Parts: sequence; structure tokens; C-alpha cells
Amino acid sequence: MEPQHGDRPHLPGPSVYPIGFAAGIACILVGLIVNPRIVAPIGAAIAVVFGFLWARAATTEFRGETVEPVEPERREVSPTAEAGAVPAQHAEAAMPEPAPGDRFPRSKFLEGATLGLGGVIGGLVTVPAIGFMVLPAYIDQGYPQVDLGPLDNFTEGQWFVTSFFMHPEQGEVSHRTAYIRNNGLLDGEPSFTIISNRCAHLGCPVQPNGPVQDNQKKDVDGPKGQRIALTPMIPAGGFGCPCHGGQYDPEGNVTSGPPVRGLDRYEYAIENGRLKLGKPYSVTQVDGVGKNARIHKYKLTGPGQHVDGWEQILYPLQPPH
Amino acid sequence: MAVATRNRKSARRQKVEAAINYPLDWLEERSGLVGATKYFLFRKVPGDTNWFHTLGSATLTAFLVQAVTGVILAMYYKPDPNSAYQSIQHITNDLTLGWLVRGMHKWGASVFIILMFFHMARVFLFGAYKYPRELNWIIGVTLLAVGMLEGFTGYLLPWDQTAYWATVVGINLNGTAPFLGPFLADFLKGGAEIGQNTLTIFYSMHMLLIPGLIFALIGLHLYLVIRLGVTSPPWSREAAGSDWAERDEPTTNGRSGLTRPGPRGNGENG
Repeated sequence: MEPQHGDRPHLPGPSVYPIGFAAGIACILVGLIVNPRIVAPIGAAIAVVFGFLWARAATTEFRGETVEPVEPERREVSPTAEAGAVPAQHAEAAMPEPAPGDRFPRSKFLEGATLGLGGVIGGLVTVPAIGFMVLPAYIDQGYPQVDLGPLDNFTEGQWFVTSFFMHPEQGEVSHRTAYIRNNGLLDGEPSFTIISNRCAHLGCPVQPNGPVQDNQKKDVDGPKGQRIALTPMIPAGGFGCPCHGGQYDPEGNVTSGPPVRGLDRYEYAIENGRLKLGKPYSVTQVDGVGKNARIHKYKLTGPGQHVDGWEQILYPLQPPH
Repeated sequence: MAVATRNRKSARRQKVEAAINYPLDWLEERSGLVGATKYFLFRKVPGDTNWFHTLGSATLTAFLVQAVTGVILAMYYKPDPNSAYQSIQHITNDLTLGWLVRGMHKWGASVFIILMFFHMARVFLFGAYKYPRELNWIIGVTLLAVGMLEGFTGYLLPWDQTAYWATVVGINLNGTAPFLGPFLADFLKGGAEIGQNTLTIFYSMHMLLIPGLIFALIGLHLYLVIRLGVTSPPWSREAAGSDWAERDEPTTNGRSGLTRPGPRGNGENG
């Protein structure tokens, strides 16, 4: 039988020097608070002396001096007790001894309890953490209504590059752009065409194919600091995407390139003579122009995803927003 | 005279060796780490390994460079939409040697990806993915995918126009995956729209989640390399694998369940 680790002699022998060293350090720390001039140096002296003794004792063997091995302490066992003691594995078993390979029910229970309790504890920790990682992206998501200012700013029949901060508190990262045209009155109500600049291919910003009159840019103060800017433009050639060459006509219908559908549009409302931007929605195509347009409207869907045709079966579910 | 000098030197040398060995023996007795390191470093490899076998270590080195420079960059980078770009400009233009560490991280990223492909090409062309190393090929492919994800998440962090729009396109590409794509895109964006959470999500994934995964996968990868040994090149007449290289000795290392592949091209199989 292999000797247990505790049976071997200690080399070097245990000494009290480490304790003295620790006491010296403690004395320094207390002295620094109580009396840095007298108590702390005393502690330092104790630490230095015991540190030196400790180092000397620890390196005796290495320095080539003979070291007396210290026999480990053993508890004295009286001869009678030794004779009477039965090794545990030969003692009378409280349970019937199982055949080799069998396991005690107790060990099976312990295994099950360890795995079961461990699983429960792990689940209690992991499930909320994973939930916090994933769920905020899907819950309480939405599009705030953005006040784009008085209707008078939108000249009838004129396109405007309209940029605004969708979430002013988030700063520049919420900068969005829409292309807006006042179509004039339809059944007594003002009609607007509001096209999102998010390309229906992979989400790059589409640009007007025509002059943008930057010198006539007009800043409008949104009531919540949305930093709205209106710039007149003439999208004579519709809209084009710089990334992969998608092309759209002025109503947002795809004329060329990879986009799978037309440009998204925004819902809008008119309250107290002000234009309010609502939720965006997806559009496959638009028949007609301006206020007479017939819009094929779908729930808002990410760029590159089909909302009609057979490919729509690939995107049966959309996150809730 | 000469003998005496040599003896004196030898005695001093013995003393130096004892001084070096004493702490090593202390460590070995308590942890076995010295033996483990020796086992790891002084493995038997086939005699005709060549420089192509260093591509894996080169990839590992490239990753370690990325890890170290990334840790240092994280000390100065601010993952906030309103200050990320300025903090990178600060690192590059103002801080001493910042340009160098950022450059190492930026270009080292490409080096890491390129070396992964070279390493993969070596393994493929040498047939080193075959039995019993299929699992290591699978782990390697996972490492490649996770390494690309590391590149994708890191690309956003400079927060300039290129980074922003490349990430918009990348996220929307993920969104076009069938069925769960839209949900994946929203998770990456941290919401319905790209916003302030997107940058911090990418930052956390780039510097904590994915590097942890890569370290774990590299550990598994290396474990299998050590266990199964290095393959000899296809033109070798030696057996593949470290301990199997000595054919006449029985495997005494207790690795049960493994058959011993014979040397390739030994004439019996054509």
C-alpha cells in the first residue's frame, strides 16, 4: 500500500517563524494607525527578524546543511483497541453487501440529489440571466410618434428630405430620414407621401436621384428636441441605394437591382395643424401616384425579407413591434 | 590545473542548477505542473513534419496578440454612441503608442482570419482531418465561424460611417435567414432599431462572450492535438500520430479504444 501523504516526514520541519513574521506584520499595520513612530518600527523589526529566521530555516536543506526530519505526529493507539478495531471495509455491513458493480441506493440517491439540486440552482441563476440578455430586444419595442412641425412647412407638391431624431435622448444614433411630399387635399384632408430611406435590400440609406437644395435647408425645432431638418429636393429619377445599386421610382417601387420589395412608408396623423409621424410599414408596390396611390401595405418587416410571393413562407413570424 | 578549474566550474554549475531546480521541484511536488509542461512541449512528432505544421501555432499566436492588444485597447475605449468615435481618435492620435496597439489589433484581426484559412488548407491538403481526428476538424470549423463572428462584432466598434453601415447590412443579412432570422437581427440590434444598445451588445460580445468561447474551443482543440498527435505529411512513410510513430512498441499510455493506424503507402494497400 502506498504511504499516505501525511505519513511522510516533513522537510523542512514546521517552525514558529512564520507566526512571528505574521505577528510583526500585524504590529506594523496596527502601529501605522496607533503610533507610526514607535509601534510600527517595532513591528517592522519583529517582521525583519522573523522573516530572516524563516528564510534561513526554509533554505537549510538547499544550503546543504543536514536537516533532522521531523516525524509526523501519530495518535497513540492502545494495543487492546488496535486488536479490537476492524477495518471499515470488513466491518459488519448495515446493509447487505452489493455484488461487485452494484451500487448502494444511498450513492444513487446522492448522485441524483447532486445533479438535481445542481440543476435547480444552475437554472435559477441561468434562466433570468439569459432572459435579461435576450428579452429586452423584443419587449416594449415600438416607434414613438414624432412631431414634424406645422403643415405649412411642407409646400404642396414639393419633396423634402426630412431628417429627425427618433429618440432625442439617445442622440445621433437615432438619426432617421424620411422623404416627404405634401400631396394636397384628398376628400378635404391633407394627404402625404412619407417614404422611409431604408433600402428594402439590406437597409442602407437610399438617396434621391436628383438635386437636393441644401442651401434651402430649414431647421425646425421639434417640441422634444428631435432636431428636424427639411431640405427641398427633386427626386426626378426616383431613389437609389449606394450600397448594392437598388433603384426605386419616386413612389418607392423597385425599378432595378436586388431589393425584394418597395420602400417602406410611415403612417402619419395630422393634429392641430401639425404633421405627426407614426409607425413604419412595409410595402410591396404602389399603383398610381401621390394622393391617388394604391399602396399594398404589410406589417413592418426587415430589409431583404419577402412579404409576398412564395418566399413569404420563410418569414412566418416577426418580432412584436 | 585545468582539471581543478573544470571541477571548480562544475561545482559552481551544480550549485546554479540546484538553485534553479529547487523552486521547480517545489512546484512539481505540489502541482505536477512541470511534468505537465514537459509532456505538452516535448511530445514525439513524426520525423518529417515541416514548416506547414507551424500554421496552427501561428494562428494561436495571432489570437493571443489580439487578446492582449484588445485588453489594452479596452482600457481607453468608450463603448458609448456619443463618444466611441472620439475615443478611438484619442487612442490613435493622442495617446503614446496608441496608434501602434490599435494598428496591431486592426491588422492582426485580418492576420488571424487569414492564418486560420491557411491552417485549414494545410489540414485539408494533408488529409489531417481523417480518422481519428474528425472531431478536431469540427472544432476547427466552429473556431472559424466564431472567429468570423469576432471580426463582425469588432468591425462596429470604431463607430464611423463604414463601421455603422457595414453593421447595418450585416445585421440585415442575418435578418434574412429563414424563420428565426428576424429575431436574430432584433437580438443583435438590441431592439427594433439600431440604437445605443447595439454598440454595447457588440462590445460585450466582442470582448467577453466570443473570446471566452474561442479560448475554450482552443483548449479543446489543443487537447485533441496532444491526445491524437501530429499527423505526418501525405508523402511520409511514418505512421501518423505521436506515440504510434514507434510501431513496434505497444501503446502503454492507457489510451484505450483507439486503433493504431499503420504507415501510409506501405505497399499493402497499393
